[in-house]
Amino acid sequence: MKRFGFLSWALLFGYAFLYVPIALLIVFSFNESRLVTVWSGFSTKWYGELLHNDALLDAAFLSFQVAAVSATLSVLLGTCAGLALTRFGRFRGRTLFGGMITAPLVMPEVITGLSLLLLFVAMEQWLGWPDGRGVTTITIAHTTFTMSYVAVVIQSRLAGMDGSLEEAAMDLGARPAKVFFVITLPLIAPALVAGWLLAFTLSLDDVVVASFVSGPGSTTLPMVIFSSVKFGISPQINALATLMVLVVAAGIFVASIVMARQERQRKRDEQMAIQNG
Amino acid sequence: MRTVVSVLVSGLSRIGLWGRGVVVAIPYLWLLLFFMVPFLIVFGISFSESIIAQPPYSSLVEWLTDEDAGTSKLQILLNISNYFRLGGDDLYILAYLNSLRIAAVTTLMCLAIGYPMAYAIAKADPARRGPLMMLVILPFWTSFLIRIYAWIGILKGNGVISNLLEWAGITSGPVEILYSDWAVYIGMTYCYLPFMVLPLYSTLEKMDPSLLEAAADLGSRPFKSFLSITLPLSLPGIIAGSLLVFIPAVGEFVTPELLGGPDTLMIGRVLWNEFFANRDWPVASAVAIALLLVLVVPIMIFQHVQGKQAEAGR
Repeated sequence: MKRFGFLSWALLFGYAFLYVPIALLIVFSFNESRLVTVWSGFSTKWYGELLHNDALLDAAFLSFQVAAVSATLSVLLGTCAGLALTRFGRFRGRTLFGGMITAPLVMPEVITGLSLLLLFVAMEQWLGWPDGRGVTTITIAHTTFTMSYVAVVIQSRLAGMDGSLEEAAMDLGARPAKVFFVITLPLIAPALVAGWLLAFTLSLDDVVVASFVSGPGSTTLPMVIFSSVKFGISPQINALATLMVLVVAAGIFVASIVMARQERQRKRDEQMAIQNG
Repeated sequence: MRTVVSVLVSGLSRIGLWGRGVVVAIPYLWLLLFFMVPFLIVFGISFSESIIAQPPYSSLVEWLTDEDAGTSKLQILLNISNYFRLGGDDLYILAYLNSLRIAAVTTLMCLAIGYPMAYAIAKADPARRGPLMMLVILPFWTSFLIRIYAWIGILKGNGVISNLLEWAGITSGPVEILYSDWAVYIGMTYCYLPFMVLPLYSTLEKMDPSLLEAAADLGSRPFKSFLSITLPLSLPGIIAGSLLVFIPAVGEFVTPELLGGPDTLMIGRVLWNEFFANRDWPVASAVAIALLLVLVVPIMIFQHVQGKQAEAGR
């Protein structure tokens, strides 16, 4: 029983380590004083100021746009990549392909950022496209590093999935594309949603790659936060952080409820099928 | 909606096998163009010279035409002085060593906090494992920058820890932990912890509990069983988690920039400064190539482990 005690303490310490900083951040966003660490009374004035910070709102709008487009592109590309890796067996260049999928997961951001910037500069020199750097280049860069995460999520879903349904459909004469749209796609839908959300958050979070590949007039939200944090802490950032944490928490909460309900429905359907069959 | 899908389906079915080629080709070409080619360009530019122009590097390949002789020749200039500069300047070597040290300490700290957590969750009631893991992953979904920012208020002089220590009477004045190596260790451990717990949990959860029962029946003490059974069996998780933390940590930029002091040299920061402050693209490229060379062995091991896991999952 002594060992159980140690483990409980370890868990408690771990969760405290993970959550106390975030909790403090939220508490001090309601602080009256500009000094973020000394409590001087409840106030919501920093939220009001946040709403009037135009530079920040513009950057947030831009970031949401980039995140939505790049997440959609990476779900499309990542699904193709996941399918290729799990369903197509051996094909020429598979090793290189697998390597290019997993390498971005651990690649230091400074290298990804620098290499993509140099590519864009070289392309502009040789092809005349992209014309300068901005939203397009940030979107391409984000798609490139988030598609790996999506591919891995979808790959693991496909690998853990029962392939016999697809085989049965094929045996019954369905063409590969029909099998994909009618059988595979609905089954991997949760992974697609998870992948999209993951890509969206990663894109919304990135400061290093965006700093390299952005141009004048295209400043993303993380870039604004980064430059203001470098000059010290401000309650406005606390307020913004609180809003972001709340949105994420709400999103995850809703997603987990929907997924749990679907899972229960699926189990019920299975049981019905067994009973009837 | 239904008709759109059926049109799509019949359209794509007609393509048949050819469609498979397209499915592979699209992500393949994307990655070749935006992942592989950029590395070749970085590699190329690391051999060029820094010049004042737009873009600020010299061209490696030049087509020289000799008017008098009526001939032309291709000239390729490779300039390796950037690499000599990296090897000859203490700043770069120190930054590399520092990065490796900080990443290693971060990995060990993640392991020390993450292993007991993963173990406790894997041992918990099956119905509670999901929510407990969810709580570990949840902070990962909030912004990385925001999480680093949260530590500034905690670690700075007159910050939360400093005030707590003063209030408890342990110290008499403000304590500044911010802008030191320790602040970087704490911040990086905080951000990378979920990457350690996830693979550890998935190997520990799959472990057969009857092995431990058998060991106990044969008179083995719990701690000995842990050392001789649990630890070796969880080794793949330890390796995967450590690499997931170590590799990105070596090239980390944001955490040392925000939490570290001016003397917390890390290679990611050096690369950033060469590029943005000095506008020396060739040296920045050489730093990137040297960083990749340091990481190539860990990345290969990671890919091997990842590949094996994918095989096992099938």
